[in-house]
Amino acid sequence: MSIWEYANPKKFMQTSAWALPWVVGLTIALLVTGLTWGFFFTPDDYKQGATVKIIYLHVPSAMMAINAWAMMLVASLIWIVRRHHVSALAAKAAAPVGLTFTLIALVTGALWGQPMWGTWWAWDPRLTSFFVLFLFYLGYIALWEAVDDPDKAADLTAIACFVGSVFALLSRYAVFFWSQGLHQGPSLSLDRRENVHDVFYWPLLLCMAGFALLFVSLVLLRTRTEIRARRLRALEALEAGGLRA
Amino acid sequence: MTPDLGGYAGTVLGAYAVTLGLLAALVAVSLLRSAQVRRALERIEREMRGGGTDGRA
Repeated sequence: MSIWEYANPKKFMQTSAWALPWVVGLTIALLVTGLTWGFFFTPDDYKQGATVKIIYLHVPSAMMAINAWAMMLVASLIWIVRRHHVSALAAKAAAPVGLTFTLIALVTGALWGQPMWGTWWAWDPRLTSFFVLFLFYLGYIALWEAVDDPDKAADLTAIACFVGSVFALLSRYAVFFWSQGLHQGPSLSLDRRENVHDVFYWPLLLCMAGFALLFVSLVLLRTRTEIRARRLRALEALEAGGLRA
Repeated sequence: MTPDLGGYAGTVLGAYAVTLGLLAALVAVSLLRSAQVRRALERIEREMRGGGTDGRA
């Protein structure tokens, strides 16, 4: 068995129909547990007070905003190299999900920044690269809508995705490249001394897993919709051709 | 049950409301479009099998 079997729309539909209820169930369980634990049962931070509870939304959404673009990059590469339609449709399906996570990261970051930094926004390296990533998401989605020929749209959006990957990378690593800026370093680290305290760490980990699975659930659902929409267009064209004949 | 958020209640609750609202909207739009496309596809497949009518005129 090869991974390329899933490039077959029929095989993808069969497997995703089986997997989707399990992924959705696990997503709900992780999100409910993680958010309830984080919101109701963790203490205030000694510096940030109750605003630390925003970490359970901001960090997972920022992580998934970048990872969604990374997934779109891999899917676009597969489309360019192997011309599998399912991969192009998966990239298309992931974009609105990534856009929403980026918007959540920007809004929760601004809400968190105001009481902690004294400003809603600063042209800090990480914030700026994240804002540019948000604009790339908008451009990517607009490009899919603007081009009528689906294969041509997939080609053009794949190129947009390659270019946007620079900003996805920058938004992940900007805090390492530039020392100036308001945004602090990563909240999670393999070095325990740099990590957030355990009392915040475990619910945060659950929320991150929940957001990741929410992304998988939505991409599976939306890719299934895109596959059906593609078949629908093909049948409509066939029917229109039959009526003309 | 609700934790004491002190002077940051508006900020924290606002962040949760925006996040849950945006995620709920995304899920709703995804489910709605999925149902619409599925219905349209089933209709055209039925029409093509049945020779051009789905019985609903």
